[in-house]
Amino acid sequence: MTAAIIVGLLAAGGTYLVLQRGIVRIALGFVLLGHAATTLLMAAGGVARRDVPFAGGSGAMADPLPQAFGLTAIVISFGVTAFLLTLAFRSRDALGHDDVEDRSIPEDRVVGPDHDRRLGAHPRDHLPMTSRDRP
Amino acid sequence: MSQLLILPFALPLVAAALCVLWREHRAAQRALTYTSLGVVIAIGLGLVRVTRDGGAIATDIGSWPGGLAIIYAVDGFAALLLVTTASVAAIGLAFAIGRGEDRHPLFLALVNVLLAGVFGSLTTADLFNLFVSYEVMLIASYVLLTLRGGRRQTRAGAIYLAVNLLASTVFLLGTALLYGVVGTVGFGELAGVAASDPRAAIGAGVVVVAVAVKAGVVPMHGWLPRAYVECGPAVAALFSGLLTKVGVYTLFRLYSVVFAGDPDWRPMLLLAAGVTMVVGVIGAIGRGDIRGILAFHMVSQVGYLILPLGLWTTAAVTAGLVYLLQYLAVKAALFMAAGAVETLTATGSLARLGGMVHTRPMLAVAFLLPALALAGVPPTSGFVGKFLLILAAFEAGAYLLGAIAVIVSFFTLLSMIKIWNGVFWGEPTPEVTHEHTEGPVGLAVPTGTLRPSSPPTSPLVARGRAAELIAPALSIGVAAVLVGLAAPALIDLVAPAADALLAPDAYLEAVTSA
Repeated sequence: MTAAIIVGLLAAGGTYLVLQRGIVRIALGFVLLGHAATTLLMAAGGVARRDVPFAGGSGAMADPLPQAFGLTAIVISFGVTAFLLTLAFRSRDALGHDDVEDRSIPEDRVVGPDHDRRLGAHPRDHLPMTSRDRP
Repeated sequence: MSQLLILPFALPLVAAALCVLWREHRAAQRALTYTSLGVVIAIGLGLVRVTRDGGAIATDIGSWPGGLAIIYAVDGFAALLLVTTASVAAIGLAFAIGRGEDRHPLFLALVNVLLAGVFGSLTTADLFNLFVSYEVMLIASYVLLTLRGGRRQTRAGAIYLAVNLLASTVFLLGTALLYGVVGTVGFGELAGVAASDPRAAIGAGVVVVAVAVKAGVVPMHGWLPRAYVECGPAVAALFSGLLTKVGVYTLFRLYSVVFAGDPDWRPMLLLAAGVTMVVGVIGAIGRGDIRGILAFHMVSQVGYLILPLGLWTTAAVTAGLVYLLQYLAVKAALFMAAGAVETLTATGSLARLGGMVHTRPMLAVAFLLPALALAGVPPTSGFVGKFLLILAAFEAGAYLLGAIAVIVSFFTLLSMIKIWNGVFWGEPTPEVTHEHTEGPVGLAVPTGTLRPSSPPTSPLVARGRAAELIAPALSIGVAAVLVGLAAPALIDLVAPAADALLAPDAYLEAVTSA
């Protein structure tokens, strides 16, 4: 019951934040949603289904599978959150803000290399990727 | 043989790691990528041979006891898709290299990660491992999409990332719900649970919604046309051949195994297929750029691809597989032709193009053949797939869906003619006559240039380089015609795989006994 309430609160908060316009808020929303999913995975575990995984073990064991799932999910969501924040940083750098509903960029204009070239003139677009790449 | 099943997932990951190490040696990166792809294609062909009579093959990783091991399994459907996706990826990479899009030192490493995710999704027989493979694939795609680093890419990347991240979270929630009910995530134990247990059906349904987002099924399609017009042309070709098709594959797999072809779901699937076909094709009418039209047609074609799920007869699934296998290559070829036009003329806007049939006749052919295949005009492969599919729909009594499929085909042809008229016919426009022979090709903004002293872009050497841009699309176009002419052989090859999907006994036995 506690887990269900926690999942509900996290999902509600996460959904609210994901529906915001700034990328940073969206990133925070996904952090909350990720926690909701992990908590749900934990709540889905049960030990009655199979024997203790290691021979010779005894006593009450936690279900190991959801923990492995949860760990994997946490690592993945951590990596993606890092990328999302990098994108927010990049967005501030290229656009001046992190609003995903920016109307100042025309929607249905030409695409292709000419567009790159126009943008390519902007010195800030040449962001070095690592310290090693820096001139 | 079964131990080799891990290689399609593992090899590209190893290649990706080595590509990062050797990021200053582009020739080594290319050789490495093509070697790993070649091995995967060879393994895929071997698997097609092993599974050609409807059999399946499986292996478990780590030899954990029942329900704990991660199982990799391949049946005819997965083997055929493995070969097709790997081949299309090889051709798409040739286009990327011809365009110089791999100038970014991490491009090939990222493509390898993407391929690992795709092949992993095709071969895994474990729901959670499927989630992980999806994430591997998507993380690479996030970076590839925003690699150009411009303002529009950043914005499109934010939308693409947010939608797919939400879908991934929903996928995870569905997996957790399913695990809570069944206590395992292996396909062997999940067989038919959604048909017998309503609680499991809720969990599986949540997973299906998440996969439908990634497949681009209406109403979860909005991200697709926004993302595919913004990434590099070669990246768009790779994405179109790989990403959404993996979603479609997963839908087939889930419906075959977890839902055991439960007929109660078919009306909903038919509805989704019909709405997807119509909405996609209507969206394409409003677009005035090549890639925008192609991207909306991609949504529309997903409707055709999931139509067999709603019919679920032998004829329909056979037709669906034929359609999927050829469509995957054809769509990538169309994006490559569009990319070649954009590279040569520096625009993708129909209003600013015209008369390219005079300046680039081979490019016109390279666009025309896959375009006819997409619309389903004989004697191309698209005609075979569409004809069989529509026939199967009428045979199964789905007259409305069959009629919609026919009408949408006409609109598809209309859109292809619109592109043809806009780009290739008429008087040559200034953009066409003055090709950017000295302009930058590929990544105009190589954000990670290794040697800042070297110029960030290289000039396109007039005629010789143009062949590299046109040849990949042309080869697929010719192949589409050849496959169309040799259709009975393809149908014979695909029919056992379709039977194995309808009655996945061999697959389940291989999975449970692995």
